Amino acid sequence: MLKPIITMRGMYKRFPGVLANDNIDMDIYPGEIHALLGENGSGKSTLMCVLSGLYKPDGGTICVEGEEKRFRSPRDAIACGIGMVHQHFKLVEPFSVAENIAMSGQHGSFMLSTEKMTADIAELGDKYGLAIKPEASVWQLSVGEKQRVEIVRMLYHGSRVLILDEPTAVLTPQEAAEMFKTLRKMAADGCAIVFITHKLNEVYELADRVTVLRGGRVTGVLGRNELDTKKLVWMMVGRDVVSQYERGVMPEGRPVLEVQKAVAFNDMGMYGLKDLSLTINEGEIFGIAGVAGNGQRELAEVITGLRRVADGTIRLYDEDVTNSRPADMIARGVSYVPEDRLGVGLVPELSVLENLLLKSYQQPEFSGRWLLDSKAIKERAAKLVKEYKVKVSSLDQPVKMLSGGHLQRLLLAREIAEKPKLMVVVYPARGLDVGATEAVHRLLLDLKAEKTAVLLISEDLDEIMKLADRVGVLYNGRLVGEFPVEEADIERIGLLMAGSGTEGGEADAYQI
Amino acid sequence: MRIRFEKRLAPSPLMTVAVPVVSVILALLFCAAFLALTGRHPFELYFAMLEGALGSAYGLSETTVKAIPLMLCGLGISLAFRMQLWNIGAEGQFYLGAFAATWVPLTFPDLPVFIMLPMMLLLGMAAGALWALGPAYLKVKWRVNEIITTLMLNYVGILLVNYFVYGPWRDPKGFNFPLTAEFPPAALLPTFGGSRIHVGLLLALALVVLFIVIFRNSRWGYEIKVIGSSERAARYAGMDIKRNMLLVMALSGAVCGLAGMTEVSGIAGRLQPGLSPGYGYTAIIVAWLARLNPVAIVLVAGMFGVLQVGGYIVQTFGVPASMVAMIQGAVLFFVIGGEMFANYRVVFPNSKGAEKADE
Ligand SMILES: Nc1ncnc2c1ncn2[C@@H]1O[C@H](COP(=O)(O)OP(=O)(O)OP(=O)(O)O)[C@@H](O)[C@H]1O
Ligand SMILES: [Mg+2]
Repeated sequence: MLKPIITMRGMYKRFPGVLANDNIDMDIYPGEIHALLGENGSGKSTLMCVLSGLYKPDGGTICVEGEEKRFRSPRDAIACGIGMVHQHFKLVEPFSVAENIAMSGQHGSFMLSTEKMTADIAELGDKYGLAIKPEASVWQLSVGEKQRVEIVRMLYHGSRVLILDEPTAVLTPQEAAEMFKTLRKMAADGCAIVFITHKLNEVYELADRVTVLRGGRVTGVLGRNELDTKKLVWMMVGRDVVSQYERGVMPEGRPVLEVQKAVAFNDMGMYGLKDLSLTINEGEIFGIAGVAGNGQRELAEVITGLRRVADGTIRLYDEDVTNSRPADMIARGVSYVPEDRLGVGLVPELSVLENLLLKSYQQPEFSGRWLLDSKAIKERAAKLVKEYKVKVSSLDQPVKMLSGGHLQRLLLAREIAEKPKLMVVVYPARGLDVGATEAVHRLLLDLKAEKTAVLLISEDLDEIMKLADRVGVLYNGRLVGEFPVEEADIERIGLLMAGSGTEGGEADAYQI
Repeated sequence: MRIRFEKRLAPSPLMTVAVPVVSVILALLFCAAFLALTGRHPFELYFAMLEGALGSAYGLSETTVKAIPLMLCGLGISLAFRMQLWNIGAEGQFYLGAFAATWVPLTFPDLPVFIMLPMMLLLGMAAGALWALGPAYLKVKWRVNEIITTLMLNYVGILLVNYFVYGPWRDPKGFNFPLTAEFPPAALLPTFGGSRIHVGLLLALALVVLFIVIFRNSRWGYEIKVIGSSERAARYAGMDIKRNMLLVMALSGAVCGLAGMTEVSGIAGRLQPGLSPGYGYTAIIVAWLARLNPVAIVLVAGMFGVLQVGGYIVQTFGVPASMVAMIQGAVLFFVIGGEMFANYRVVFPNSKGAEKADE
């Protein structure tokens, strides 16, 4: 029998107001891919931050190969071969890839030998199929590339235990598939890999063993051949989760949003949207499928007034609102759940209370001409937090301390409270656990029932098929296919997403 | 045993008060060591400073007089800093305020007081606002870094005043000194009793109240906070960032301009070079030490007033005036170092491995 490389016993970690880890035991074996599952806020990231030396535990012991260790910083953990890639990357943008990799190490002399490092990094990358350019500056990299840099960084410092916190949340399906290959190779070489995820299909595809957390405790450990969806879901959320919703009849409302031949540029000054047209009716959910980076952000921003269209028109309830200011669009009842929750949708440093006020601080219920009505604001915030079950320790807590899933709930609570006519949601379930995903989906269906038009931009085809009434495929800034959901066929949508099956699809690629 | 630091959920309220106080004491002890090295009795000196600055009606009056421009400039600066606009140009805005205010009595010496003073006030504030609006406009339009532009405009402002005082505005009856003519009585700010404390103090206190209301409880204060924390979120929420940047910088400059106006009209009674011994710069330290809190700005400005006046007093003991600069520097150093204790708490691990937090 193999000996575990890591044994954690009785781990406790308390944050002001919450017990994030409550007496957790966990074993990690060399050569295994170990999935860590659990609801939002169940303490997965916390546990792994403790293991990687970022947080200090309030109790419990960590043994590496049977020897008890106390980590004072991530550096100590790295020295024991434990490396973690965080949910939010920790790279220094203006520095080069090689410099970033060098930074977290402690071996080597005072002077860095750049050539040797560059060569070593390239070699490591080759070995595991992680294509990175050591000379490139980090700010030039895509999200997927940044993640590869993080992984190579950990390998470079000799990690034998690699922890990945929701690694696929930000990747395109192709990038995710690439990464899985790499992880398998690493496990075959004897590395232990812990990866946190909310996607059960990834667990089935990859995991040798699964540990499930709920409310800071372990609710189960399953081996690969014991995996069972129902069991896993029960361990995670303590109840069944519905996988199919009542969609209701196809609505016959009047058009809410009409986009006609919209052309817009992306941040790099290239075409983001090309002649895109779509219409959404009252009470309809229009799903936009597509691989991230094909114009999703531009589409959402054009509709919410955050980005100008260079050509084309946007109409809301038959009124021309082309290139209106964001404030006008908000006033007209357009709500928006952006891809970037922390930093765009929510202000990290400000409190829960202040964040809930973001869209309504000018409304007469909450403010006069000059002054805010703090009592009314507090009452509503307390009500929203309760109604949408956002887990906060106080209304004055800065939102950056909330777990990923509760951030999203908070954001949705605020946007839905505006009683929108049109709701634009981008990747609503990204990073959410199965229970929270279901809750979010129900909220969107409730909106639909109230005749709100919903534009659902998602990279998860299942989600779109479950919720949407009509599906459009976004490829290269164009809508390359549009079907009622009954006629939509996953196979065909997949092809369209990949850019085949359209006339001129290939030729377009050169224009970008 | 190893002591470690753990971040607090929110800065501890007790610590936010205790830390600056303790830091100031430590800074004074630190400087005392240097003073002792030069063979003086530091505590005698400190006592003399205190006594000189606060122990007599004259001392109190002088201390307040020095504190007023620091309060006003500190308040002005804090407004911009709250929105992460780094207005380093208080000194220039101060001079411009004084300059524009001076124009009124020099051009219309016979105006009655109830027209003269309001006009000086308005022009002074407008000039300060304009001086700050330039950099703000450049920032909004082309993202020019406001730190550089406001800083450089300080020198332009100071030299502009010098030019006028040495040139066109020089008092013909002034024996060739670089001074403008004395202001007529109608252009002088009223003072309290026989002291030199002028109504600028009341203006500063009124601004404190106004700022408290703005930051605590106003729509606009909320916008400033959001924009200062995350511009992208502010844009998403439909806030007009450019307009607010211009507005905040203009107001920040106006308050600094007001400081210049009250100084020239309440203290100097004429425009002269060196009207400010660097109030605009010291006020940056004041605003920062006060953590941009309006009430704290008044207190810190008062403390700096004491240092300044005390410094003059101890010069009669043969201590160089630069001692004041040393103490100011030490205070800043210790307070910033001490901030850590407000944001983190110290944790002492005990022998059993579990750890106890010390509040
Ligand atoms: N730095 C922190 N300060 C205070 N509370 C925290 C901090 N980090 C996490 N928490 C709290 O601890 C709990 C566990 O959070 P954690 O981030 O470990 O959850 P998670 O399982 O990773 O969730 P998610 O799937 O949403 O990422 C949450 O209630 C969270 O609000
Ligand atoms: Mg997490």
